[in-house]
Amino acid sequence: MTKSDVTRRGVLKSGAMVGAGVALPTIFTASSAAAYTNEPTGSSVTLGFNVPQTGPYADEGADELRAYELAVEHLNGGGDGGMMNTFSSKALKGNGILGKKVEFVTGDTQTKSDAARASAKSMIEKDGAVMITGGSSSGVAVAVQALCQEAGVIFMAGLTHSNDTTGKDKRANGFRHFFNSYMSGAALAPILAKNYGNDRKAYHLTADYNWGYTTEEAVRTSTEAMGWETVAAVKTPLTATDFSSYIAPVLQSGADVLVLNHYGGNMVNSLTNAVQFGLRDKLVNNKNFEIVVPLYSRLMAKGAGANVKGIYGSTNWHWSLQDEGSKAFVKSFGTKYGFPPSQAAHTCYVQALLYADACERAGTFNPCGVAEALEGFEFDGMGNGKTLYRADDHQCFKDVLVVRGKENPTSEFDLLEIVEVTPVSQVTYDASIFGGDLGTCNNGA
Amino acid sequence: MDAILLQILNGLDKGSAYALIALGLTLIFGTLGVVNFAHGALFMIGAFCSVTLSRLFSLSHKVEVPGETDFLGNPLKKDVPYLYDIFGESTGAAIIDWAVPLSILFAIPIMLAVGYAMERGLIKHFYKRPHADQILVTFGLAIVLQEVIKYYFGANPIPTPAPSAFTGSFDFGAMLGFDPNTIIYPYWRLVYFAFAVVIIGAVFSFLQFTTFGMVVRAGMADRETVGLLGINIDRRFTIMFGIAAAVAGLAGVMYAPINSPNYHMGMDFLVLSFVVVVVGGMGSLPGAVLAGFLLGVLESFASMREVIDLIPGINQVIIYLVAIIILLTRPRGLMGRKGVMED
Amino acid sequence: MFGLEKKDTSLLLIVAVLTMFAPFILNPFPTDSALAQFNAGYPDLMQRFVIFGIFAIGFNILFGLTGYLSFGHAAFLGVGSYAAVWMFKLIGMNVLPAILLAIIVSGLFSVIIGYVSLRRSGIYFSILTLAFAQMSFALAYSVLTPITGGETGLQLALDDPRILGVSQTAEGNIPVPSLFGLEMRSTAELVVGPWEFVFNVGYYTSALFMLASFYLAIRIFRSPFGMMLRAVKSNQQRMNYTGLNTRPYTLAAFVISGMYAGLAGGLMASMDPLAGAERMQWTASGEVVLMTILGGAGTLIGPVLGAGFIKYFENIFSKINDNVLHGWFAFLPDGMEDFVVFIIHPFIGKGWHLTLGILFMMVVIFLPGGLVEGGQRISSWVRGRKSEDKAKGKTEPAE
Repeated sequence: MTKSDVTRRGVLKSGAMVGAGVALPTIFTASSAAAYTNEPTGSSVTLGFNVPQTGPYADEGADELRAYELAVEHLNGGGDGGMMNTFSSKALKGNGILGKKVEFVTGDTQTKSDAARASAKSMIEKDGAVMITGGSSSGVAVAVQALCQEAGVIFMAGLTHSNDTTGKDKRANGFRHFFNSYMSGAALAPILAKNYGNDRKAYHLTADYNWGYTTEEAVRTSTEAMGWETVAAVKTPLTATDFSSYIAPVLQSGADVLVLNHYGGNMVNSLTNAVQFGLRDKLVNNKNFEIVVPLYSRLMAKGAGANVKGIYGSTNWHWSLQDEGSKAFVKSFGTKYGFPPSQAAHTCYVQALLYADACERAGTFNPCGVAEALEGFEFDGMGNGKTLYRADDHQCFKDVLVVRGKENPTSEFDLLEIVEVTPVSQVTYDASIFGGDLGTCNNGA
Repeated sequence: MDAILLQILNGLDKGSAYALIALGLTLIFGTLGVVNFAHGALFMIGAFCSVTLSRLFSLSHKVEVPGETDFLGNPLKKDVPYLYDIFGESTGAAIIDWAVPLSILFAIPIMLAVGYAMERGLIKHFYKRPHADQILVTFGLAIVLQEVIKYYFGANPIPTPAPSAFTGSFDFGAMLGFDPNTIIYPYWRLVYFAFAVVIIGAVFSFLQFTTFGMVVRAGMADRETVGLLGINIDRRFTIMFGIAAAVAGLAGVMYAPINSPNYHMGMDFLVLSFVVVVVGGMGSLPGAVLAGFLLGVLESFASMREVIDLIPGINQVIIYLVAIIILLTRPRGLMGRKGVMED
Repeated sequence: MFGLEKKDTSLLLIVAVLTMFAPFILNPFPTDSALAQFNAGYPDLMQRFVIFGIFAIGFNILFGLTGYLSFGHAAFLGVGSYAAVWMFKLIGMNVLPAILLAIIVSGLFSVIIGYVSLRRSGIYFSILTLAFAQMSFALAYSVLTPITGGETGLQLALDDPRILGVSQTAEGNIPVPSLFGLEMRSTAELVVGPWEFVFNVGYYTSALFMLASFYLAIRIFRSPFGMMLRAVKSNQQRMNYTGLNTRPYTLAAFVISGMYAGLAGGLMASMDPLAGAERMQWTASGEVVLMTILGGAGTLIGPVLGAGFIKYFENIFSKINDNVLHGWFAFLPDGMEDFVVFIIHPFIGKGWHLTLGILFMMVVIFLPGGLVEGGQRISSWVRGRKSEDKAKGKTEPAE
């Protein structure tokens, strides 16, 4: 049937040449000279900011990006220096990192692990990013962290609250400043017991995925230790938008506290629905019915509006903190953008600075050197008091804030008030309890 | 027993949103033969009519509050809505409070105009094109519409509360002789249900009892013959598209207090409403309404704790499972006509 | 050649040349120039181009030939990826067994779903496939977390058994997917003046698979079987009246296209050993529908073009930010520069969805036959009227 004039032999020959080209991958390799992935050789170093820019968390991503741009400005010596002035380590001099000007590339995670990895890969493969940071969900954080481990770059997690990120899915190249579900539970339980008593009956609504499971587990264990009883725990689909059918039966169950283990849009809707049902006006077992939201963020509070009033939750950081670090950060962020930063912005800013500082102290961008400098690093002046980057699981240990929805907000950003700063000792746990294995650092060489 | 009653109530309420959206979709499909993937976006635009009106009402100017400072240490400025200046504080506050119901008046002309513009500007050119092209172009339109909304309103949900007169919930349990607090249901959701019933009733009586409706129904059955009779059926169909858009929009307006509107709420409803339409049977208006309520009720039952404990994950898949079972037992959905969208 | 007609042979050869030289074609701009932002010649994106190309070619065998519009095809891709990652976890890091299992598992899965869904036609078929895929997604994300990894996706771990390989490398890392020792990620670079070209093993592996898939698709399109499928599309009822049972043909097409999706899923997992549930969501299924129609349903090359188009926008436009814009327009006077950036701003970075949506609409409105029609128009414009018919013959839609 051959109608073409290309000979079979010719095709075989060219096929063999292609095969030979594939089989000798290092024949032209320029990168074989590099000591590690994307070693910066010019006068600048590129960081990759991988945040959700589309999808439901786009606003949170936008705030993260603002923080990163601010951090880059400060690292390069612009602006007022922000937290660089209050940071306990003085290695950063405002001349970039290791004398190289900091440049950055941005990408869109879409809050999907595939898209986030594609975006991170393009930063590593195309733009030569030596560090990837950002993200607004644990699924993405875990996926990108594994990718960075494989590619041999450092991953500085953004907003990710699941225990898994530095628990069962931890990686040697990944670091997390944000707190986690366990810490939320440990910080919240005593405050809840103090305010609501020791003999409460709790009803959990839990988002049906990994983060939901770990959060429910954490809050359950720590409240049960205080004497609370868990009446029921019901899993709700991630894609649910109307939670009425989950909330309607709560009163019938005899529970007097509703715990909403939801995040983002799920939390906004479930809380709005719960308040709509008038649950908080009810009297059950002669106690006022209460609602608890383990993880708060300002954007969620904004979405839920007046419904958050008086509702307890935990948060990593809040702009109303009065320590020097927080004040400096709020001032430079507020001056530049006109409104106070969110906790997502804070953790991303801090992560960028911590990475830069670690490079300075290690004297290299080599991921293994940077990781070593971060492991066991103790610092202060970054808004959360004395903080430790634990070497065993690359998790930061610091004070956790318990907050409450404010009754009389003065602006659209003034939605939460700090109830208590739970000391770090109370939220520290043994690194082995979540399993997982860091493995060894990979620099891609 | 009380738990089951409660979930029936819940299902009817959930179902009323599905039914309203599916009704509009079926109207467009039945009259124009167009598969409109932008219908969810119309629902979303309706919800943002509420947001826009309450934003308009709360347009305000800054007044310095003496003695207080904001987060940067500058003097605190408080927003005072212009409505307070015009009508005094109590009347002004009441108007802002009632923004959502008032949005109905605001949304009807907007939605009719949007629907009209969409049909004349875009859909008109796609009558003769394959369904796949219609899907693609309306999907593209849906993306554009939601991105425009996102650009102006952000991605975060925007709280749009119902008037304070409707906060709290009604205790059916006490009324029916059960223990108090066992069957409670929020006032606003009851309003939504009643509103949906009224709209559905209005659409049906419009089609059933007016000459215009009669012509449209005749056109749905046999477009060519009606055209041959010298009736300008296209024009009426354009108006029907506007009405369908208004139905979706009103469903969105009243939905705003139930869940804070966000730019992707249309997409969230889109797939679901297609399932509803197909389960009801393509082209059948009563089918769409019936399927809407049926799926709402079944979804509510599946989310009961006892049911989830029995079959884990059932609440995740119930709608699709029911759709599969119905489509396998009834080839054209509940009330579908033969030959419609089967090739 | 290869049992193909002349025009098909030349099409295959063109595609082969394009894929083999993709690293050059996709990197037309010098690395340091401002336009380097538009370079797409890096391994990950090139891999995605060909993998989604395979996915779309497979989808087109079902949709383009039979007219059955499946709205749940991403489920097969997802199942394929899960199967491949499980192979990496249990057996070893060689990609061939993983891809093989991915194809088999998704084939079986599509037999079941196809058998049920094909009992209905038209939109009822679409909704049935959608329902199955959405159920798969919802369960994979939640209840099936032990098998699928749920939210965080199925990943490799240091303590996986990998009975035919090693659990960890000597350095204590997770081994990477390879083809008999040739690592998928290994990459050669060629620097020519200011240009830089990247040759990646994973890309060429995927590209060879794509060429094979493309070849197979041509054979199917031109076979009596393909003719039968087209007959189903044009009038299924008449076929039935002639006493012919069309179900086995459509089911075969469904399963073949499911296996293509499985191959794509297996390759995705081989390039990047992680499988997330979002791969099965309806939006992912919708994406392949868009790719196929956008490129030109029923044409051979269209789906590949559509896949490239969408992936290019997703990966290139989303990365342009205001900084980059300011860089490009720095030559303008300050006020002008800000103005131009302000105008473009809504369409790039976080606005890439908007650009994509607008382009979708443009293509559908002005090019009813998809990108292929655009190509035909251009080529007929170039060649003049005389050869117009010839150009059309090459990629004529199936109908």
